[in-house]
Amino acid sequence: MKPTDIAAPDYFHKVVDCQWACPAHTPVPEYIRLIAQGRYSDAYMINWKSNVFPGILGRTCDRPCEPACRRGRVEETPVAICRLKRVAADFKDDIKQRLPRPAPKNGKRVALVGGGPASLTVARDLAPLGYHCTVFDADPEAGGMMRTQIPKFRLPNSVIDEETGYILALGIEFRGGHRIDSMQALLGENYDAIFVGSGAPRGRELDIPGRKEAAANIHIGIEWLASVSFGHTDKVGKRVIVLGGGNTAMDCCRTARRLGGEDVKVVVRSGFEEMKASPWEKEDALHEDIPILNFLVPVAFIHDNGKLTGITFQKVKAEYDAKGRRNLVPSGEPDQTFECDDVLVAVGQENAFPWIEQDCGIEFDKWHMPKVDPKTFVSTNPKVFFGGDAAFGPKNIIWAVAHGHDAALSIHKMLSGEAIEDRPLPEVHVSSQKMGIHEWSYDNDISIDKRFKVPHRDKVVALKDIRAEVELGYDVKLALGEAHRCLNCDVQTVFSTSLCIECDACADICPMDCITFTDNGEESDLRQRLKAPAPHPDQDLYVSSDLKTGRVMVKDEDVCLHCGLCAERCPTGAWDMQKYFIEMTHAGSACPTKSRSAA
Amino acid sequence: MTYIAKPKFHHPGLKQNELGYTRRDYEGKISTLCAGCGHDSITASIIEACYELSIGPHRVAKISGIGCSSKTPDYFLGNSHGFNSVHGRMPSVLTGANLANRDLIYLGVSGDGDSASIGFGQFAHSIRRGVNMTYIVENNGVYGLTKGQFSATADRGSKSKKGVTNTDNAIDLVAIALQLGATFVARSFSGDKSQLVPLIAAAIRHKGASFIDVISPCIAFNNHAGSTKSFDYVREHNDAVNRLDVLVGRDPIAVDYAPGTVQLVEQHDGNKIALRKIDADYDPHDRLGAMTFLQKHAAKGQIVTGLLYVDPDADDLHEHLNTVETPLNSLEADTLCPGSAVLDKINASLR
Repeated sequence: MKPTDIAAPDYFHKVVDCQWACPAHTPVPEYIRLIAQGRYSDAYMINWKSNVFPGILGRTCDRPCEPACRRGRVEETPVAICRLKRVAADFKDDIKQRLPRPAPKNGKRVALVGGGPASLTVARDLAPLGYHCTVFDADPEAGGMMRTQIPKFRLPNSVIDEETGYILALGIEFRGGHRIDSMQALLGENYDAIFVGSGAPRGRELDIPGRKEAAANIHIGIEWLASVSFGHTDKVGKRVIVLGGGNTAMDCCRTARRLGGEDVKVVVRSGFEEMKASPWEKEDALHEDIPILNFLVPVAFIHDNGKLTGITFQKVKAEYDAKGRRNLVPSGEPDQTFECDDVLVAVGQENAFPWIEQDCGIEFDKWHMPKVDPKTFVSTNPKVFFGGDAAFGPKNIIWAVAHGHDAALSIHKMLSGEAIEDRPLPEVHVSSQKMGIHEWSYDNDISIDKRFKVPHRDKVVALKDIRAEVELGYDVKLALGEAHRCLNCDVQTVFSTSLCIECDACADICPMDCITFTDNGEESDLRQRLKAPAPHPDQDLYVSSDLKTGRVMVKDEDVCLHCGLCAERCPTGAWDMQKYFIEMTHAGSACPTKSRSAA
Repeated sequence: MTYIAKPKFHHPGLKQNELGYTRRDYEGKISTLCAGCGHDSITASIIEACYELSIGPHRVAKISGIGCSSKTPDYFLGNSHGFNSVHGRMPSVLTGANLANRDLIYLGVSGDGDSASIGFGQFAHSIRRGVNMTYIVENNGVYGLTKGQFSATADRGSKSKKGVTNTDNAIDLVAIALQLGATFVARSFSGDKSQLVPLIAAAIRHKGASFIDVISPCIAFNNHAGSTKSFDYVREHNDAVNRLDVLVGRDPIAVDYAPGTVQLVEQHDGNKIALRKIDADYDPHDRLGAMTFLQKHAAKGQIVTGLLYVDPDADDLHEHLNTVETPLNSLEADTLCPGSAVLDKINASLR
């Protein structure tokens, strides 16, 4: 193999698995260290810069970081990254002074359709640069789906108010209660750029017999949740069936439990394991005595002269074809009918752009989705950009934020007369953490604690009050324990070939057998010859240039604990622990310059 | 020296031996030696060898004297018996322990100061008596703990870190061990685990006095130009006569060796050592030949490594003395002290 080029920004970025997996590339280990030091405000600001909604995401994020967390490859469970983010939000001081100030206007006007996470991210990035941002939303308050679709017992209004407030305070014009119903008209208002962040607002229908007749007791999940959120709906029948296996279904069933539903069940077509809902959301539903029944396909709503009485389901089983694709086929067992008073349909969400006229220069594909460039987020109309669920269909908040940053950068470049395809490289800092012969500026003593559970409100109390937040968040002590579980993967092992005397000290001490000195070879061959097997090809091998004996040093990054013992036991300093800090380029970031890093 | 303990986590693919232990289970405390010390590599090799042989840690007694090398038993086999004895007295303590309980595996760990200076006599007599043990000298040619004076194994003409030339002749412990009748004699290098680990494993399985001299560079005081025990010098002058695989406790590995290059040595308990010859003329069963070979190469400045001599049918001190087979701690009081009637009988027989 060729010697690894550690100067390429992506190499060490990939080693920080959580940050690499995060769509917004939040510097996770950095903020976790700050939490461990009690520097909650600093931890919050790192998050705020990167993901805009730390308090909201710390409660609701889909956490792509956690399955990626290296800790999950070393022991059973990853670090509770998401809930530590909430800790930063919960325990921070007043950070208003640290936010950008409203800037003098530069004369350019940007319209943002929808007041959800994507639009607000664009506005936050552009407003401090002097753009006049106007956010339109059909609802009176900002937040979009974060406010309307996520139940208050998971995400209190106070958190949404606070974090949308930080953005709106940047001198953004928010026009609540103003639905945009014509792109043509909006284009006519001569904005310099338009960003569409209107989400995926339409709940998918379930067109089976009885749907029309029993319509009074059949509700579309996200519409019903919004109605509950605004206080228009405050009760539900005693027996409720929720159809669908995603996170919306979980929110529906738990909400129903709080509005008078005593016998609430979730029924899904697929198997329990393949459900789209996050495992922790399924757990929370089960904890509230909501059974989840699987392999049942709804075939008809049963009603008595228009009064819903139940649903009939066909039993199915999973069969896999030669390509491993799953098909649900009838199991041959008799159909099953469950009685119920209300049904909540949460079988998916769709985009809908009835308000975008055909002659706006915005082309759509055969799935009726706008043609959007995945890097720049521009549509076929060079002044119109899309982001969040509106761009590529339903994902989650953190993706909307990532889209927003990229779209804002495009808009800024376009309005600065630059080519939007040129994406500036991220800013990277690498600095040694050595303080003494065996002292490092990070805590390298590996905690063997198991994942700490987040305390929950007592179930009886929680089910009585739809606004009572179920998760109470870590207290300071639990947060410290959980923060110590982080392996500091951003503190990188950096090897200097010229200093190595091949004494084997690093290979001997390494608790994970990551380091091997051996003859060079092709990657597939090298992976077989390492001190411990290296079965994950997505985890890179760090290969040195030729050493004095003609061998090379090979380090498998896979399960390195970043404990720094290789560097402590190295007599010549050939190993060093260096903190790698990467900041993604946002609108207005100058060319990479030396700038602050928190620790 | 390191402040933190080695993390308990290990590689998820770490294998277990026949006893269900991983290699990590054979570790001890974290080393307090200087970073990069060759002794730590020997520690790692002992751990590896014991793991591969599937030795129950409670079946080992590790005994040492004083010095950097003699600290190392704290860093391996944390669940074994240990005795850190007086300077140079490891061989006596080991001999005594061995006589009292022949069921344990005896690992004597010593250094060049401990064995070639203050304990030279002790070393000689334990070898001479054929005590069933594995005697490892971690040989760095320097008194590291007292800041770098030449030890008795430092080569004449080699230079200290400060540039002083050594005018004394060196003691070659391998040559002495051969002369005193050790039945397993080897030399290796801490920087070459592929050679060292099987040597230690074979020595442990050898019945009789096994002696391994391991050149182990002292990073702090003896790894400079002019030293003959530095990483660079040993790598340049290493003349390995053979490399070996120990074929015990597992099925023989089918390895493709060129015909005539492999010599199988079967030891007393049926375990086999496959010797891959590097020097085609070298015969590890010829004690006199080995001694001559060693002297000739030493004169040329070469360091001969590998399994230099083995007598697979050796016996040990217990056989010489015709001692009881049961360890003394397992004998009942009336067997150990049969009473005055028996004593009277013995006395009478001597009158």
